[in-house]
Amino acid sequence: MLNNLTELSISPRLAKNIRRNVKERVIEFILMMAALSAVFTTFAIVAILLYESFGFFETVSLVEFFTGTVWTPLFEDAHYGIMPLIAGTLTTSFVALAVAVPVGTIAAIYLSEFASHKTREITKPVLELLVGVPTIAFGYFALLFVTPLLQIIYPDLPGFNMLSAGLVMGVMIVPYIASVAEDAMRAVPMSMREGSYAMGATRFQTALRVVTPAATSGIVAAYILAVSRAVGETMVVAVAAGQQPTLTFDPTEGAATITAYIVQVAMGDLPHASIGYQSIFAAGLVLFAMTLTFNLIGHVVRKKYREQY
Amino acid sequence: MVNTSTPIKAESKDLNFYYSNGHQALKSVSMPIYENKITALIGPSGCGKSTFLRCFNRMHDLYPGNKYEGQIIMHPDNTNILADGVDPIEVRMRISMVFQKPNPFPKTIFENVAYGLRVRDEKNNRVVADKVEEALKGASLWNEVKDRLNDLAFNLSGGQQQRLCIARALATDPEIMLFDEPTSALDPIATANIEELMNELRGKLTILVVTHNMQQAARISDCTAYMYLGEMMEYGDTDTIFTRPVRKETEDYITGKFG
Ligand SMILES: Nc1ncnc2c1ncn2[C@@H]1O[C@H](COP(=O)(O)OP(=O)(O)OP(=O)(O)O)[C@@H](O)[C@H]1O
Ligand SMILES: [Mg+2]
Repeated sequence: MLNNLTELSISPRLAKNIRRNVKERVIEFILMMAALSAVFTTFAIVAILLYESFGFFETVSLVEFFTGTVWTPLFEDAHYGIMPLIAGTLTTSFVALAVAVPVGTIAAIYLSEFASHKTREITKPVLELLVGVPTIAFGYFALLFVTPLLQIIYPDLPGFNMLSAGLVMGVMIVPYIASVAEDAMRAVPMSMREGSYAMGATRFQTALRVVTPAATSGIVAAYILAVSRAVGETMVVAVAAGQQPTLTFDPTEGAATITAYIVQVAMGDLPHASIGYQSIFAAGLVLFAMTLTFNLIGHVVRKKYREQY
Repeated sequence: MVNTSTPIKAESKDLNFYYSNGHQALKSVSMPIYENKITALIGPSGCGKSTFLRCFNRMHDLYPGNKYEGQIIMHPDNTNILADGVDPIEVRMRISMVFQKPNPFPKTIFENVAYGLRVRDEKNNRVVADKVEEALKGASLWNEVKDRLNDLAFNLSGGQQQRLCIARALATDPEIMLFDEPTSALDPIATANIEELMNELRGKLTILVVTHNMQQAARISDCTAYMYLGEMMEYGDTDTIFTRPVRKETEDYITGKFG
């Protein structure tokens, strides 16, 4: 029999429930607002950065900004070459990652694949506690403890140097890598490990040849997080690496980073709309571009190694 | 068919097994595994088939707190592979396993099959390449993948992945192969492929296979064991078990009256 196509009245039991509908809408709206606030803040920050930098680039040419080798915006004889700050940022970050990537990865492999349940339950919270230590404490730890220690080996090392700041920053970042990478490795299904063991593999071979490649995407995410942390870290470098913009990639020298310059200037009282004031926004824009680039690279790499189990 | 002159490859003797939560999943299981024959394990869900199978390659050692009692004697060594002094890795080098769900590694097709040789430190690439080809042929997969050995294994279909896992297990020349419901995740055609494959392996390799499919057990196995609640209820020639089972429970299970 064919369906009767004439309009039927809707039984009240099946009719749309107005109250439930309204409630759902309200909840949806609140959730959307919460999500939008984060997006809005980000856009606002970018807009301010762009706006203030615009004033800066009316005075300073992009060519001078990116090719100049001297950064002295606050001096009588002002120069606006951002390279020394970029060099400082890259050098401290490189030292930090040289410590944090291997140590963090090994810690993650240990925690995920070797540690007993009990060991993990104790070690992980301790590692995560390290995340809660204020970064200024790490800064003074670098300046007052690690630098003198390094000076025993390296008597010529200046009091402010990027090596000590980078090393301590690396230690500071280890828990980030360890924690995120460990989560990624633990998410690898047990069936994959069993497959490896069933072939006669040892625990170490399983960890290295099966679990780590399977967790690549998460491990890369951990590294990207670490890079962003290192590039954006402020207190440790401001305190321990010095405030002198110097174009050098030698970690045994002191040099200011982008972030160190920004705090230094922000703490002084420069008149708004002065070129010195605007220069911190230009520097901030470069910082933003750097982290964005690393994040984009990370995103692409993650997509390439998307988990496929 | 097995007869009195068929050599025994392995033998479980009064095997008890306890999971870490104290649950006893195997109760005094004794049965022979004949050399180069296919032995099928059947029984209702939860009766301990997988548990029993995984004792043979000491898989339970991966989880703390599990406990074996009793023996699995492996020949020709005449050694109890559950003994404390036995290295589980050495056992797994000789007793390989194929799982219910295909579990390829995040590697290329070639490296998946080569895995067992790599962990055995085989350095000679010629030997590895030959073994990989032989294993893929043995698993009837060679023709489908020979032009794409460097593709990721995840790009294969489910049935191909399962045959890849069989190739992976074959590449190391195991003496015993354990199959835990190898076709339960596959369609009828892929299932037929794998059954045919196991048929070809008969006579070259000792096989212990868990299956929920009565027809499959009847088609491919030489001997069949019926398990129930952790106990071995009946063991014998597949023909005998399927035509003249001794116990009423076995008959009920096989004919589908129960389970
Ligand atoms: N890790 C575990 N811890 C505790 N008990 C378990 C564990 N794994 C299985 N068991 C129990 O042991 C018994 C046997 O399980 P097993 O997986 O061997 O059954 P099976 O016969 O393979 O079933 P299926 O046909 O559903 O795969 C079941 O009662 C199960 O609940
Ligand atoms: Mg099972």
